[in-house]
Amino acid sequence: MARPKIRRKDTWIDMTPMSDVMVLLLTFFMLTSTFLKPEPVTVNTPMSVSEILIPDKNVLSVLISPKGQIFLDLDNPDDRIAVLEAMAANYNLDLTEKEKYEFGIATSFGVPMRNFKEFMSMALDKRNEVLPQYGVPIDSLDNQFKGWVLAARDVKGKDMRIAIKADATTPYPYIKTVMGSLQDIRENRYNLITALREVQNPSAAAVSQE
Amino acid sequence: MMQVSSGGGEKKKGQKAKQDVRVDFTPMVDMMMLLITFFMLATSLSKPQTMEIAMPAKDKVAEEDQNEVKASEAITLYLGADHKVYYYEGLADLTTPNFLTETEFSADGLRSVLVERNRKVVDQVRELNTKKELNQVSKEDYETQLSELKSGKGTPVVIIKPMENSTYEDMIAALDEMLIASIGKYSIVDVDANDQTMLTNSGVAFK
Repeated sequence: MARPKIRRKDTWIDMTPMSDVMVLLLTFFMLTSTFLKPEPVTVNTPMSVSEILIPDKNVLSVLISPKGQIFLDLDNPDDRIAVLEAMAANYNLDLTEKEKYEFGIATSFGVPMRNFKEFMSMALDKRNEVLPQYGVPIDSLDNQFKGWVLAARDVKGKDMRIAIKADATTPYPYIKTVMGSLQDIRENRYNLITALREVQNPSAAAVSQE
Repeated sequence: MMQVSSGGGEKKKGQKAKQDVRVDFTPMVDMMMLLITFFMLATSLSKPQTMEIAMPAKDKVAEEDQNEVKASEAITLYLGADHKVYYYEGLADLTTPNFLTETEFSADGLRSVLVERNRKVVDQVRELNTKKELNQVSKEDYETQLSELKSGKGTPVVIIKPMENSTYEDMIAALDEMLIASIGKYSIVDVDANDQTMLTNSGVAFK
């Protein structure tokens, strides 16, 4: 018996347009986005209507966790090393080249100077694990925060901006300590990092009053 | 993967066989998908915004500045727990109970109070903004005119006093209201003993 021949259909899908779209999307993402910097603690910034963008370079960012811990970050690796050397000189620490290099390429920092050696001797992933337990000391007896900011200002010059990034739920006294410390060392202009919020036209509120 | 198949069964003599060259793009698409996923996860699209703030230097005693503020222009805000705001206008009154008015951060709360007080400037700023949108003023002119309007005579002076039980969010929200209500003169000041008396009189917890 002759079998009826079923012609095999050629199920060939042309992926070229798909590929075109993908390339476009990829280009878009690569051009518009910036890489996320890993931060030792998650911080949800409060919303504001301010539309000023933060500059890319020359920023000393101060991260304040809801528990009041402080972490600092500076952009340029060479500057970070210079700042570290200044701080180490103040606290009589002898640094090895390896420690300096590793500090330079790390992201946020925030370990008290007396724990510094011990901290740098850990492996990288261990370091990331324990960093959230520390924070730059800012109490009146040993205010290393001031030291770091002064050292950074020294290295970076007067164009450096200080950007405070704090969690929305951080109690005000912690913020007050940081702002007070900055005021003590005459750093009176700084930026507060916020997320953008849309706002209704202020005149609308005025009109609704009438 | 490339498929090359000779097309057409019947060939005329002397005519070259037409070659159908189709390149399979599926692996390419796979790779693109992976890359896009990576970029979407590892990067952020939005750049964070900032607020610029200038605090007074410590050696210029803030209290002296405060006393110079005209009573008719002053508004004092206390930021308290649960995102509540307590305010009074004009001079402090240490004796009257419930001297402070309670409000909150909302369009009908603090904002309407501030906008009402600063109505003239808010209207002028709105006019200026429309002009800017129509490109009738240059950017530099806009900035100078805006700061002139905001710091003009008779505009309210707001003193923000965040209490210990308030959060960072409250402080930002208060600064935000200054922006929205076009108030150019404001300062962040700590709560002192007089304030504490007044807060106790109004039954507000300040710790």
